[in-house]
Amino acid sequence: MKNHLNSNTKTALLYHAIQKKKLTIIIILAALLLITAVIATGIGSVYINPFEVIQVFANALFPNLVPAPASEISGTIILSYRLPRILLAVLAGIALAVAGAVMQGLLRNPLVSPFTLGLSSAASFGAALMIVLGPAVFGAAFAGSIAILGITFSAKSALLIISAFLFGWLSVVLVYIISRTKNTSQAIMILAGVVIGYLFQAGLLALKYVSNDDALREIVTWLMGGMWGATWQAIAILTPIVLVCFFLVEIKAWDLNTLSAGDDVAKNLGINVSRFRISGLLIVSFAASACLAFTGIIGFVGLMAPHICRMLIGNDYRYLIPASALLGALILLISDTVGRVILAPIEIPVGVIMYILGGLFFLFLITRGHGRYLA
Amino acid sequence: MKISVEHIHQNYGEREVLHDISFNADSGEVLALLGPNGSGKSTLIKAIADIISPTSGAIKIDGVNADSIDKTTRAKTIGYVPQYFHYTPFTTVLDTVLIGRRPYMSWNVSDEDLEIVDESLETMNIADLSSRFVNELSGGQRQRVFIARALAQKPSFFLFDEPTSSLDLKHQLETVSTMRDIVRRDNSAMIIALHDLNLALRYTDKVLMLKDGSMCSYGTPNETLTVESIRDVYGVESEIVENKKGRFILSYAPSEVKQ
Repeated sequence: MKNHLNSNTKTALLYHAIQKKKLTIIIILAALLLITAVIATGIGSVYINPFEVIQVFANALFPNLVPAPASEISGTIILSYRLPRILLAVLAGIALAVAGAVMQGLLRNPLVSPFTLGLSSAASFGAALMIVLGPAVFGAAFAGSIAILGITFSAKSALLIISAFLFGWLSVVLVYIISRTKNTSQAIMILAGVVIGYLFQAGLLALKYVSNDDALREIVTWLMGGMWGATWQAIAILTPIVLVCFFLVEIKAWDLNTLSAGDDVAKNLGINVSRFRISGLLIVSFAASACLAFTGIIGFVGLMAPHICRMLIGNDYRYLIPASALLGALILLISDTVGRVILAPIEIPVGVIMYILGGLFFLFLITRGHGRYLA
Repeated sequence: MKISVEHIHQNYGEREVLHDISFNADSGEVLALLGPNGSGKSTLIKAIADIISPTSGAIKIDGVNADSIDKTTRAKTIGYVPQYFHYTPFTTVLDTVLIGRRPYMSWNVSDEDLEIVDESLETMNIADLSSRFVNELSGGQRQRVFIARALAQKPSFFLFDEPTSSLDLKHQLETVSTMRDIVRRDNSAMIIALHDLNLALRYTDKVLMLKDGSMCSYGTPNETLTVESIRDVYGVESEIVENKKGRFILSYAPSEVKQ
């Protein structure tokens, strides 16, 4: 904005006006997310009013300036139970929406996302593999606990998370290896992603078929996707991953914009297209796989958030990426909160809600003529 | 500035699509690449534009091998307008033209970037369209947007791959003459693949004719575009007529020629 006063060509005026609008939208989205987070933290089996929630947050951050609320219990509920869950929803929303937006740009296709590109299927296979074969392979150790980076996990959940993450990420590496044998054009990569997705689906079906009742139930629950895995440990692991991934793609926003002009023009404008495409995919799928490993399968955020943001803010990735991140977090947080309270004490997994929401969203896009955005 | 293409060969697998091509393009010059479909025009342009690397031979910019120049510097030197366009629907003309500034930008858009984009839009006569979506424009307007993007790149050399193929008669003439004027004004150079021999005859300084990936003739339009060379390269009969407006080529399918 520092240039605003110096240049007054028609183009500069238009550019700065649009810029302002985009910034405003991002600020509004950020404010909405913050307000929603405060409200969502308050609601649940024990209702805590938003002011008390804010007081607890403030007290946790600045214990010397803000006194703790009178009732100790609300602090415990918020900090130990609800906040990790809310942060997990926010982080997963960011990772999945950013992954969706960036994959769509890298592959110049509006319908790709971690969900459509095989990553979700692969992560599911990884989780199921550990649920079914874990006890046999790791024996007694599977029921014990292990420490990673100084944080203690139950061995079973740690191995499950690692396996889901590795397979999710591996699927994108496979996409790269397959497309390298021909070329790294976006059509080949999308096709490879879809095919790999089917192969892992097949593996998942086979694992379901051979698993016993308990394991089967566990797999099904995992596949539905939920925020049950929310712990401060999970947040400690995911926060740096998601933030680093976000900044790595945000600084490449112009290259993503440039790729929209086609591979040839992008190469002429100085981009090493194959290297950019694969490194971008590996970065965003790293964060998306990491989040999915903790939450289970959550679809549609990676499609919905970028699509809505493209309509709101345009296709400039400098603004599209942060806007998608905020909206993805908002959608997932609202969905999880609704799932948590609507049939309380029964929880509806957020994955199920996302299927309903995603289906309705695309129905709306098609019938209201906004299908043009899919072209 | 000068681009020299020296003994370029290009293979796609077993098939050789370019065979021993050598020529120069100097500042202020417009060079036409002519030849039938599949003769290697696009491949040659892509090799110079850093989109594909030639199997052998060298492309030199002011005597320096282009392979040894880093990609961003090369992007500031050579601008490319493709035959087929990709764009994301519902992207504004302004955002589309700004992409041409990519070699000069990191994240922020500077005043200078905006001034150059403004100038490019004005040159192509599309400043009024800058807030419109690219997919809402007519074919001719859209073409001018993509040319404006190459102008915003501020290259010393323009490479055009059949830029007139989707344009009507008026816009064909306008596009080529505008580009020639820009090249002369800025002392840049342009290599342009064309199908229309009369455009080549009228607006270019040099002509390179390609057939099956090999050079057929190379020189000024008047000495290169002859009844014989046109028959040899395109397999059509033609007649060159001269009137007050200049020289024109009339061509016929061989079966239509009556004695």
